[in-house]
Amino acid sequence: MTGSGLAAMLLRRLLLGLLTLLLVSLVVFAATQLLPGDVATAILGRTATPARIAALRAALHLNHAPLAQYGLWILGLLHGDLGNSLVTGKPILSDIAGRLYNSSLLVIITAVISLPIAVIAGLAAAVRHDRATDIALSTVALALSALPEFVIGIALIIVSSLAAPHVLPMVSLVQPGHSPLQTPRVLVLPLLTLTLVVFPYVFRMMRGSMIDVLESDYIEMARLKGVSPHRLLIVHALPSALPPTIQAIALTLAYLAGGIVVVEYVFGYAGIGEGIVSAVGTRDLPEIQDFTLILAAVYVCLNIIADVCTVLLTPKLRTRRA
Amino acid sequence: MTILHVFFRRQGWLGTIALLLVVLVLAVVILGPFLAPQSPTDSVDDVFALPAPGEWLGSDVLGRDVLSRVLSGGWRFLTMAAIATILGVGVGSLLGVTAALRGGVLDEMIMRLADVALAFPQLILALLFMSFAGSSLSLVVLVIAVVHMPQVARTLRAAALKVVDEDYVRYSRSIGLPQWRILLLDILPNVRTTLLVESGLRLTFSIALIASLNYLSFGAQPPSADWGLMIHENQIGIESNPWPVIAPVVLIALLSIGINILSDRLSRGAKPRLAASEPDDAA
Amino acid sequence: MTMSDVNSTVQAHAGIVVEDLQVVTAQGAAPIVRGISFAVTPGSILGLVGESGSGKTTAGLALLAHARPGLKIAAGRVSIGGVSMLNLSARELRTMRGREITYVPQDPATALHPGLRLRTQLAECLRNPADATDERLHRLLEDVGLPDPARILSAFPHELSGGQQQRIAIAMAFAPQPQAILMDEPTTALDVTTQTRVLHLVRAMAQQHRTAIVYVSHDLAVVAALADQVAVMYAGEIVEAGTAAQVLERRLHPYTGALLRAVPDPDQALVLKGLSGHAPDPAHRPPGCAFAARCDLAEDACRLAPPADLVAEPGHVVRCRRMGQTAISRPQAMAQPILSQPQAAPLLTLSGLGAWHGRQVLHDIAIDIAGGRCTAVVGESGSGKTTLARCIAGLHAHWTGDIRLNGAPLRPSAGQRSREQLRRIQYVFQNPYASLNPRQTIGQSLLVAGRHLRGSKAISRSEILAALASVGLPHRAADAFPGQLSGGQRQRAAIARGLICQPDLLVCDEITSALDVSIQATIVELLLRLQQQRGLSMLFVAHNIGLVRSIAQDIIVLQAGRIVESGPTQVVLSAPKAKETARLMQDAPRFAAGLQVAPARHIAPMVV
Repeated sequence: MTGSGLAAMLLRRLLLGLLTLLLVSLVVFAATQLLPGDVATAILGRTATPARIAALRAALHLNHAPLAQYGLWILGLLHGDLGNSLVTGKPILSDIAGRLYNSSLLVIITAVISLPIAVIAGLAAAVRHDRATDIALSTVALALSALPEFVIGIALIIVSSLAAPHVLPMVSLVQPGHSPLQTPRVLVLPLLTLTLVVFPYVFRMMRGSMIDVLESDYIEMARLKGVSPHRLLIVHALPSALPPTIQAIALTLAYLAGGIVVVEYVFGYAGIGEGIVSAVGTRDLPEIQDFTLILAAVYVCLNIIADVCTVLLTPKLRTRRA
Repeated sequence: MTILHVFFRRQGWLGTIALLLVVLVLAVVILGPFLAPQSPTDSVDDVFALPAPGEWLGSDVLGRDVLSRVLSGGWRFLTMAAIATILGVGVGSLLGVTAALRGGVLDEMIMRLADVALAFPQLILALLFMSFAGSSLSLVVLVIAVVHMPQVARTLRAAALKVVDEDYVRYSRSIGLPQWRILLLDILPNVRTTLLVESGLRLTFSIALIASLNYLSFGAQPPSADWGLMIHENQIGIESNPWPVIAPVVLIALLSIGINILSDRLSRGAKPRLAASEPDDAA
Repeated sequence: MTMSDVNSTVQAHAGIVVEDLQVVTAQGAAPIVRGISFAVTPGSILGLVGESGSGKTTAGLALLAHARPGLKIAAGRVSIGGVSMLNLSARELRTMRGREITYVPQDPATALHPGLRLRTQLAECLRNPADATDERLHRLLEDVGLPDPARILSAFPHELSGGQQQRIAIAMAFAPQPQAILMDEPTTALDVTTQTRVLHLVRAMAQQHRTAIVYVSHDLAVVAALADQVAVMYAGEIVEAGTAAQVLERRLHPYTGALLRAVPDPDQALVLKGLSGHAPDPAHRPPGCAFAARCDLAEDACRLAPPADLVAEPGHVVRCRRMGQTAISRPQAMAQPILSQPQAAPLLTLSGLGAWHGRQVLHDIAIDIAGGRCTAVVGESGSGKTTLARCIAGLHAHWTGDIRLNGAPLRPSAGQRSREQLRRIQYVFQNPYASLNPRQTIGQSLLVAGRHLRGSKAISRSEILAALASVGLPHRAADAFPGQLSGGQRQRAAIARGLICQPDLLVCDEITSALDVSIQATIVELLLRLQQQRGLSMLFVAHNIGLVRSIAQDIIVLQAGRIVESGPTQVVLSAPKAKETARLMQDAPRFAAGLQVAPARHIAPMVV
């Protein structure tokens, strides 16, 4: 494919991503319309003073028609005006920056640690297909993939508190305005949890696609051509097995956008996920809307990156004439 | 030969262990409420008392008997998970298979809708709905079912598309068999394995999602006994009496692992049977 | 004397020598192939022939000391240029593979790496990849008649046609100038014209480079045209071996004889005789001769002890106890090719038929199809013959024009036609492995079709059993699932499903092309019988000219979606008027003459 072909593909995916975000924002907005009765009353409760309700109605543009409410919200977002929190009254933007930083830190370190481990374990299992290494790794991955994230997190807390009490904190509190990197101990258990959560997906995809490739006719052909095992693995097999894995990695990172919600909550780690949970708990409408939309945006971006990587790594797709 | 024996021969030791795990946890869930020695909601002891005779798992954050709460705290969320799964898989697979069979605009519509739903972390979707519509239990079930539908529809559509393109469906069309009979006779029986595997997978997800929602205290409400909620309530007391956290965590883990291994075995068992339909003329 | 002595005059070191090779399943130790011995001298070609499951590919891959997953080479000796292959270290084996012995796969579309450019893949095949200069690689491609080598070298496999891919695979095999090459049915996926070109190429290159070649194939005509030596395999053993002339002319083993009675001939209408039953499963082979159960000549002794190799003449070895005691019957020409007078009114009338698959694939088809006769539709792949059959059956709705059944017009798609019309035209598909619902028993499949098309009239079990019996299936087939039947049996069941609807016209779409030649002949016998007994009309879509000659009274030749010739089969094929008919006849593989070898430097370049 020529450069312009690739650009066209990228543009198409971006437009599709934008369309998805638009639809997501509509869903998020429509969900708020599901609230029975008057939204402001529902949020503040029946005992709220009329003045507070009026203030809330203004903040939520509730005095406008639904379509106008939606338009005002989106317009605000585009101008960087995320509105104010209903609970603290502070601008959401200031709150979100710190949370976004904390969450990204968690996800990036998780990726750096767990992805190489999972990829290498997947390769090892594929090469030793159906032997002890493979069976052991696959069974572990199968078991891990079944567990809810919070069960893994709590299990790690229990194990660490029983095995080595007071070495690792059971809650990962981060002071506002500080980086978690200043107290690395608080990151250990959340990172370990997320690593275990991510491992099975990437492992299984790497293993599965590598096994498919190793059993393919063209690898048999390469073996019969006398290609050295080293070259067979690096030049012939790996490049074909990577695209599905890269897609799985991107999807896993995207999935983490949802997975961190529970994990952050388990450890009380002040990230965007924990933010959503507490916002839902306090019915902080603007926060919920903004946080979900941001997570969805991250999700959509990672999916686009996955698709682009897949196309770049697959000659058949790359050279297809538009 | 016992049923277990036959099962062992077909599914191996891993499958058999998984089956035993599931049966064990289900026994606790179903028989538990009748075996509970004390009321699951009454305070009977100090807060976070350690295990002792008569209170085999000690007491929890409000001094209630942990064993009784564990025994009583499984059936509600499991029933919810089961109903959500049946609902989600039922409607989702119907949508997917219909999309595959009918094609055209209907197919396009169902699949684009699924795309949008999938462009969204599932737990957050569930949270979003519940944050606005409140946390009634039937709503949780409905939300989880809806959350499953897009992926189930997609999987079943892919499986059905393969079948729709087979010559035996083409033959049924060539003799003018009505769509609903093709669906019933040709399509459904041939996506049966996919459907079963998908159901197992979805049940694992339902359990995880509902347990997570209960843990985040958006599902079951105090003072009811529920495993997820118990973990949430007693997390602060781990260093005093870890059992109110350990027991439900272990039960949820065993159940999830068991179901997941079983559905994995099921999907593997399906492969040789498919292989048997390939050319085997002279063998 | 054993098979290995066949070429006793050969120096021990040159070419390929295989002795007493045995390959078994990894767990059960059931022998897949056993007692295989042969030798191939430099510059000559051995055709290793057998039907599916005979073990020919397994035996062939053992030349490279390779066994597919689940199998292992248990015993024997394989020598390539004097080097014993079976006891080499992994490193030594790698230096033999790809240098002294190379491999041409069955389907280059899956065997060429999809993600590497052909330059990389071709360079890897040279003895020293560092020698891969442009000039060298270009010469390799020119040798196999591929034009524009620069473009091809920078291409990925999917950018080439099937014929081009196969030529690349052959170029790769000859690139290191090996002593031996294994070719595993390399022309199966190609149309006849390309196949003929590739065979010429193989022949010329073998002689030019003095390479010993083992050519594995199920196609006797291909082997007859190509090979110097032929070894016929059955149930994992070589049952007859010798020069091509010895084996194919004298055909001393009953199995060879039976196979050759099943192979059609493009030059004359033969009475095709099938082989009933199927070869024994490797785990359940009988103590005696593996072929005894299907052999007309078998006597009790055959079933008790395995037969020994008997030498019929120098270089011609037959593994049959009864060799020479009875004559093996030869194929017979049809005494009087059935030429019943066409009925006054045609069954099916097509006029101005055009059909679209995105682009137009059929143009202005106008033809009458007579009742009570079998009309063949032939043409190369892409000529529109299957589309034509599907338009008639209502399976392809994008057509315009007129199709009339006994004068009444047919709507485009099956859904719009009346049940009576649907009942009268029944369709049998090419692939019997996909045309029956795997979750329904054969009886249920028949019942659904029969009940639906014959209205409310109930269909009794005895009627189903009768339908199965009429296609030669036993009663218990009614309760069997398709997975429990062989391919030939499934195709019979699919025909029975058509018959139970009591049709006037049976549309057969390449219905024997997925089957072995001995099974194909049984289906042909069946169709001829049904036609005689029931006066059934048939539309027989096929690419195999010889087959058509043995079954069809009338023929329609299609080229690029147009009818170029039609008429009585024997007349059309004996004196083709259209260029396309003549070309199809000329390219059809046949036993008569070997290939004429083109001078090596003048291999016809391939049109891109």
